[in-house]
Amino acid sequence: MDLQDSSEDRQFRAQVRSFVADHLPADIRARVLGFQRVERQDYVRWQRILHAQGWGAPGWPREFGGTGWSARWRSIFEEECFEAGAPRQMPFGLSMVGPVLIRFGTEAQRARFLPRIVSNDDWWCQGYSEPGAGSDLASLKMRAEQHNGGYVVNGQKTWTSFAHWANWIFCLVRTRAEGKPQAGISFLLIEMGTPGVRVKPIRTLDQGCDVNEVFFDEVVVPAEQRVGEENAGWTIAKYLLGHERSAIAGIGMCKRLLRRVKELAREQCKSGRPLIDDARFRQRIAQLEIELMSQEWSLMRLTSQEQAGKPIGAEASILKIRGSQIQQDLGRLLMECAGPYAIPYVPEALAEGAPGLLGLDPTLNGLAAQYLDLRKVSIYGGTNEVQKNLVAQSVLR
Amino acid sequence: MDFELNEEQQMLADTVERWLASNYDFASRQRLCATPAGFSAENWAQLADLGLLGLNVPAEHGGLGAGASETLIVMRAFGRALLAEPYLPTAVMAVEGFKAAGTPAQQSHFLPRIVSGELRFALALLEPGARYDLAAVDTRATARADELESGYVLQGRKGVVLQGAAAQWLIVSTQLGGTGGTQPGVALFVVDAAAPGVRLHSFPTIDGLRCAEIAFEQVRLRADARLATAEQGADVIDRMVARGIAALCAESVGAMERLIELTVDYLKSRRQFGQPIATFQALQHRVAEMLTAAEQARAMAFMAAARVDDPDLNERRRALSAAKALVGQSGRLIGEQAVQLHGGMGMTDELAVGHYFKRLLGIDLSFGDSEYHLERFGEFL
Repeated sequence: MDLQDSSEDRQFRAQVRSFVADHLPADIRARVLGFQRVERQDYVRWQRILHAQGWGAPGWPREFGGTGWSARWRSIFEEECFEAGAPRQMPFGLSMVGPVLIRFGTEAQRARFLPRIVSNDDWWCQGYSEPGAGSDLASLKMRAEQHNGGYVVNGQKTWTSFAHWANWIFCLVRTRAEGKPQAGISFLLIEMGTPGVRVKPIRTLDQGCDVNEVFFDEVVVPAEQRVGEENAGWTIAKYLLGHERSAIAGIGMCKRLLRRVKELAREQCKSGRPLIDDARFRQRIAQLEIELMSQEWSLMRLTSQEQAGKPIGAEASILKIRGSQIQQDLGRLLMECAGPYAIPYVPEALAEGAPGLLGLDPTLNGLAAQYLDLRKVSIYGGTNEVQKNLVAQSVLR
Repeated sequence: MDFELNEEQQMLADTVERWLASNYDFASRQRLCATPAGFSAENWAQLADLGLLGLNVPAEHGGLGAGASETLIVMRAFGRALLAEPYLPTAVMAVEGFKAAGTPAQQSHFLPRIVSGELRFALALLEPGARYDLAAVDTRATARADELESGYVLQGRKGVVLQGAAAQWLIVSTQLGGTGGTQPGVALFVVDAAAPGVRLHSFPTIDGLRCAEIAFEQVRLRADARLATAEQGADVIDRMVARGIAALCAESVGAMERLIELTVDYLKSRRQFGQPIATFQALQHRVAEMLTAAEQARAMAFMAAARVDDPDLNERRRALSAAKALVGQSGRLIGEQAVQLHGGMGMTDELAVGHYFKRLLGIDLSFGDSEYHLERFGEFL
């Protein structure tokens, strides 16, 4: 056991810090740290800057265009990027379909798709949930029938984040109706431009439209766009969900929220003094910062355990549960910084170049909407109820 | 003590519920909220016809002369329907202001016009940067005496004026200055929102309603525009806000009750793993927590109605802070759980669930959130 970062780790941190300081475009940084809307082009620009440095895929092995970094270095990299105000690297390609292709894909599939993920030439989205298949994902119904050596796909996906920005979607589809539901699922890659694919935005509580419904009507998919064997998709789905869970430990987002809470609590006044000097408010910030420290050390501990070849189980669910609660509590504190000015909300003013707010403080606009939007983190990626079942079953069953 | 409705109260409840049932479904509410005004003048006229705008107005001015219990009944029903019309500032709070401090002339001019639906009011009390502190007033009315008439000049800025743009008249809190310097305390004025020098910007709110930022630049007021002297003002504000808080508590309870019904319906109809999700015990316990929170809030809404006219200022403040704190907490818990139990569907703009959650949040953020009132209650320990 050695609980300190090595000198190589510290050097690496310094290297990342100075790279990000030099290369992160100021306008993107300002939007991210100011909690303004981050556009598709912002994500793409930053991904391409990282790609040019050879850091486009921190989690992948070198032979596939990744960095080959240790888990510790990946954490350091993420921490530094978040701290500096970089947009997150979109997970759908890099942390989801990429690792799936590396683990289950053919040579041809890897050659075709992996480089375009790292360069962000392709934007991926995830076709898992359906209207009738949420927590009970295995009950999904979207059909793929064999036709001329490929498939014809019919059905619907929902809650598809950024489908309106994506040109590819990876889908779980039903290829066999009989037997156990889990045993009739396949994993297909579908180009969004294929005739018969239609995207319909879902407006959410915060008036944003980041999620969508995606409809498939007689969509023809070549057989070489199936990953793994037919009817072996569930194994892939489970592999991928494991990846997603540790990614939504949410430490980066928590840190950014915490930092913003402290900034705003220093700027906003209560009875003539900075809000951060209010004993009760200060205590609530302190409580959440302590919980975040614990979350961070849990993640370090579990990453090290995984690196040592001991797979993590229910702990991933624990991270997800705690991470979502800390984010939601911080979102509430952030909203409370605004006092009654959390009430007015002009969604249009969140976009770049939007008309002014005629005297309203733009830093307070949208804080209540963000509190509302953060309610999703205990729902997506497996609800906290499902996660708690997994945690309990790990000892009770 | 009797919590059952008497015959008249039952008639009132039936009237309101019938009107809401036939005029105020969720879809039409959403269409209303999307219009520039954010409410319907036609609905307003109907509320007048039903006598509801005069609920709290004494009979001598054409109202029903009812009290806090009747307001509770009406507001609870409005909460169930997510009413968007500016009922609270006009028919509850402004009416209380005129009753508490209006001159006979002010009362007989304004109160009948509120009852008839002709005039709507908003309360311009908060100022930017003051959070929920209603005593932090920089807006200033300065006495003037011209050749023709005496009066005041109003200068300053007010923020988060709920339903400001819907109002033709504003009740504005000010410092009062004159030849003898500034008087201690806060005065109140009745100001024509269309007067020269009043600049109003209306914004949408998180819960689909409207609020305004208002600047007053050298607004000339007549002497009879003063509603309360600097000596009276704080007490009158306290009374108006007390009425407002009690009414919001009742509205909140109505919204909670409806939200729980919607959630229970969803749990019974949504199937996962081959069964209704209502069969899962983890979710059943959530429902139990929601029902518990709603019962706590309901109890406090009744308590607030009982104490809102308490002549003992400290007792009144203490009671209303207790109610507002607990109702805010319950509303948040119920809203958050309702969204969680609906899963992704709860996050959508399409379902009513989210809109109830947002209204509960908006209520918590109005006239002091639960943290503010917890702290204020603590001052009475």
